[in-house]
Amino acid sequence: MQRRDFLRMGGAGMGALMLPSYGRAVAADVLSTKIDVALKKKYADVALNTARKNGASYCDVRIGRYLRQFVITREDRVENVVNTESMGTGIRVIANGTWGFAATSDFSEDGIAKAAAQAVAIAKANSKFQGEPVKLAPVKGVGEVSWATPIVKNSMEVPLKEKVDLLMEVNGQAMKAGADYIRSILFLVNEQKYFASTDGSYIDQDVHRIWAPVEVTAIDKASGKFRTRDGLSAPMGMGYEYLDAKPAGKIKLPGGAITYSTSYDMVEDAVEAAKQARAKLKARSVKPGRYDLVLDPSHLWLTIHESVGHPTELDRVLGYEANYAGTSFATLDKWQSKSFKWGSDKVNIVADKVQPYSLGAVGFDDEGVKTKSWDLIKNGVLVNYQAIRDQVHIIGEKESQGCCYADSWSSVQFQRMANVSLQPGKDKLSVDEMISKVENGIYIVGDGSFSIDQQRYNAQFGGQLFYEIKNGKITEQIEDVAYQIRTPEFWNACSAVCDQSDYRLSGSFFDGKGQPGQVSAVSHGSSTARFDGINVINTARSLG
Amino acid sequence: MTIFTEQESKTLLDKVIKLSKADECTATLEGSIDGNVRFARNSVSTSGIISDCELAVQVAFGKRVGTATINKFDDASLERVVRRAEELAKLAPENPEFMPAIAKQTYKPTSTFVQSTADITPEYRAQVSADCIAPCKNDKLTAAGFFSDGQRFSAIANSKGNFGYQKYTVADFTCTVRTDDGKGSGWVARNVADVKQFDAKSEIQIAIEKAKRSSEAKALEPGKYTVVLEPAASAGLISFMMFGFDARRADEGRSFLTKKGGGNKVGEKVFDDKVTLYADPADANAAVLPWDEDGLPRERTAIVTKGTVDYLQYSRFWAKKQGKKAIGQPGNLIMLGGDKSTMDLVKSTKKGVLVTRTWYIRMVDPQTVLLTGLTRDGTFYIENGEIKYPIKNFRFNESPVIMLNNVDELGKPVRVADDESPFVMMIPPMKLREFTFTSLSDAV
Repeated sequence: MQRRDFLRMGGAGMGALMLPSYGRAVAADVLSTKIDVALKKKYADVALNTARKNGASYCDVRIGRYLRQFVITREDRVENVVNTESMGTGIRVIANGTWGFAATSDFSEDGIAKAAAQAVAIAKANSKFQGEPVKLAPVKGVGEVSWATPIVKNSMEVPLKEKVDLLMEVNGQAMKAGADYIRSILFLVNEQKYFASTDGSYIDQDVHRIWAPVEVTAIDKASGKFRTRDGLSAPMGMGYEYLDAKPAGKIKLPGGAITYSTSYDMVEDAVEAAKQARAKLKARSVKPGRYDLVLDPSHLWLTIHESVGHPTELDRVLGYEANYAGTSFATLDKWQSKSFKWGSDKVNIVADKVQPYSLGAVGFDDEGVKTKSWDLIKNGVLVNYQAIRDQVHIIGEKESQGCCYADSWSSVQFQRMANVSLQPGKDKLSVDEMISKVENGIYIVGDGSFSIDQQRYNAQFGGQLFYEIKNGKITEQIEDVAYQIRTPEFWNACSAVCDQSDYRLSGSFFDGKGQPGQVSAVSHGSSTARFDGINVINTARSLG
Repeated sequence: MTIFTEQESKTLLDKVIKLSKADECTATLEGSIDGNVRFARNSVSTSGIISDCELAVQVAFGKRVGTATINKFDDASLERVVRRAEELAKLAPENPEFMPAIAKQTYKPTSTFVQSTADITPEYRAQVSADCIAPCKNDKLTAAGFFSDGQRFSAIANSKGNFGYQKYTVADFTCTVRTDDGKGSGWVARNVADVKQFDAKSEIQIAIEKAKRSSEAKALEPGKYTVVLEPAASAGLISFMMFGFDARRADEGRSFLTKKGGGNKVGEKVFDDKVTLYADPADANAAVLPWDEDGLPRERTAIVTKGTVDYLQYSRFWAKKQGKKAIGQPGNLIMLGGDKSTMDLVKSTKKGVLVTRTWYIRMVDPQTVLLTGLTRDGTFYIENGEIKYPIKNFRFNESPVIMLNNVDELGKPVRVADDESPFVMMIPPMKLREFTFTSLSDAV
């Protein structure tokens, strides 16, 4: 996540003139409009023809219109409403066996032709320093096709008043339930992306995402103590229907917490958050030591993201991200051995760009590759990585895995994490049954603090809600819990995964990578899973 | 064109303000030409130049505010952006915390623009990567790095007659050098205002030496150690702590600077006597624009003096509510130190750990500013004033508030910014007692 931008959007300690960092600010009605496909095709052909004429052996064009709406509130007031539009064209070429890229916001035939010529010129200039020529895995052109997130209600068409009314209800109810402060936000995204390439593809995609984060704070003035409880919703690849609060989306967890699948009751969650934040002020501090952990999907997604999602990105394995995000412990020799035990036999992890409601779901990636699912870890063994067209040959694959993404028309597309998910257990197993077999454990719900090293070995995770488990029963809510892992040991300690009926998605809107940095949105699914004998530390400190 | 002169900016902003029919109008024009080169696996991977200029217009009708931005500056576009901001303002709910535009101000110019940095060419950037890659290739090492630079300007104006204009330049370099066997990793970072103070050929030697010396690291038991933190290693922790200096958060009861029973800790001793922090927009090594995001003039501001908290950051709204005077919010952070280098601090250390860099720092508990993160790219054991051997990286769980109560000695401050801190800092190397490492990491 780009923490600075997020804090800026949240208005934490910032000035009054808050400029959107995602593009031009526009009126709300602009958000529900589209650009004519025929015009996009015409301009894309200008870029492809110019690139070819200038000597490119390959060219792809992305005409992108990125629309975002942010509604930011605290307690009884709206802090900010920002609508942004960012539109332009990014052109990537191969000339002399080398990549070149140029982008322009000038949406005219002339502007796009100039950018295409510039991309070829940059490729030719850079080719002097190129070691080996770029080797692209083949893609068959698909002609003119389209894909859209299967939304029910376009968030951009929902009147602002309805959104503000919802957030005011959320905040008001939470305050009544004992919150001292609340911040609630709607982040709504529509990426209108047109892709064309010299392979013969013209792909028009309309991608929607929604996120509704809440943070509730409870204060004990006498002791100066404060605690927060974040919402248990997930960012989703859905329309505004995610906020419909349908009873079918509600899941009551052991211990009393409520979480959600594909329909979120934001008011109910904020009320629960207020009560639980107050309870956190008085909860007993954890005794550090080894515990069996039972991890809810609202928590486990982040552990999967950090300890499996990132280390299986091939560009990291190869060293392209060494200076910033880092490399990976999952080196090629481990994959080549076909016997590297990442986890126990219970651990089956799949990458995909197709899961319904997920943040990663698209019809085609940002280099025109049809999306799919593939195994990363099978019965605990590392079997594959995530790779795109210019690197997939290194792992002997004939086609890209379709996980290429750019966060803007002006950014160069590169390998980004697909949805990476732990598959549910094959045998019937409920969360209650799982807990009933734990003698000395902690049940963790919601994601909290997270940190992992640059090769993805050593990680530490917090959470939102912690429940002590003694002799198969939840006893009480506890606090100050964080667990520390070494990735392979942790996944090898996975002794059970609940069945399909418990499978849920969560994810991140702001996964950061690259220099200059880019963000992407990614989901991670799982059922509740058990990990035995994990090191838990106590995070309480005294400032005297 | 994306870099406007002062006169061009004033003409354009005056035009915009005149176009507005709202009760008040504030306009900001910001332009930049940024360049970068990225390399990895001893080869250039990407390079580019991005030119951009954006006009932001904020208008208010009563307490309803609207903001719109545009990157075209013909008369029709200017009219459009003003009307759009006005439409948004009319649709917006009333903001009970609305503050009117600031009155006309006087700004003292600061030295934020250096011509040599503005003159950086694509060839210069290519040479930076070549200067890093060549010595690595010859030494069984692999370099991955990023050099970025920019020349920019900022101009502000409002319907009360306020106007400010200033140019500034930035340049930042980071490079990671790894041994080809994957057992050693070193890193160097340099942030400069004047690129003449930067020499890739000598900087890369720091990363090379650290990569070579960090091979074959030994495992030390986690626990509490005396540490020597290089400036880049502590910058991320201290900058995290500065969020707690928000007055509203402290007064609301959700900061480490909240007082038991209510109120905040201004005037209280919270840190060791050796800790003095201040902000100064005109600092010779860390100059920043002379106004903040609201357009209030920045002044030299004492934040912590000899361990006592002098200052909390008040937004204009919160200052008014609490009966305080709102002053410009700091744009940099200067920490006083001594004259010693990092290596001088090592020399005076009997037993301890030298940390090059900290990584993936996240808040664990905002109550105490407990942060977790890891050491990276050069962690060494010190014995009797000498670097004895490389050690495996540690995870730490430590609060900068506790850390700044355990100060043994501070060295000579250096400039740190960009990846390591969201604002420019002058920060010394530090020798600290009882720094808490909680586990080992196998990562190199």
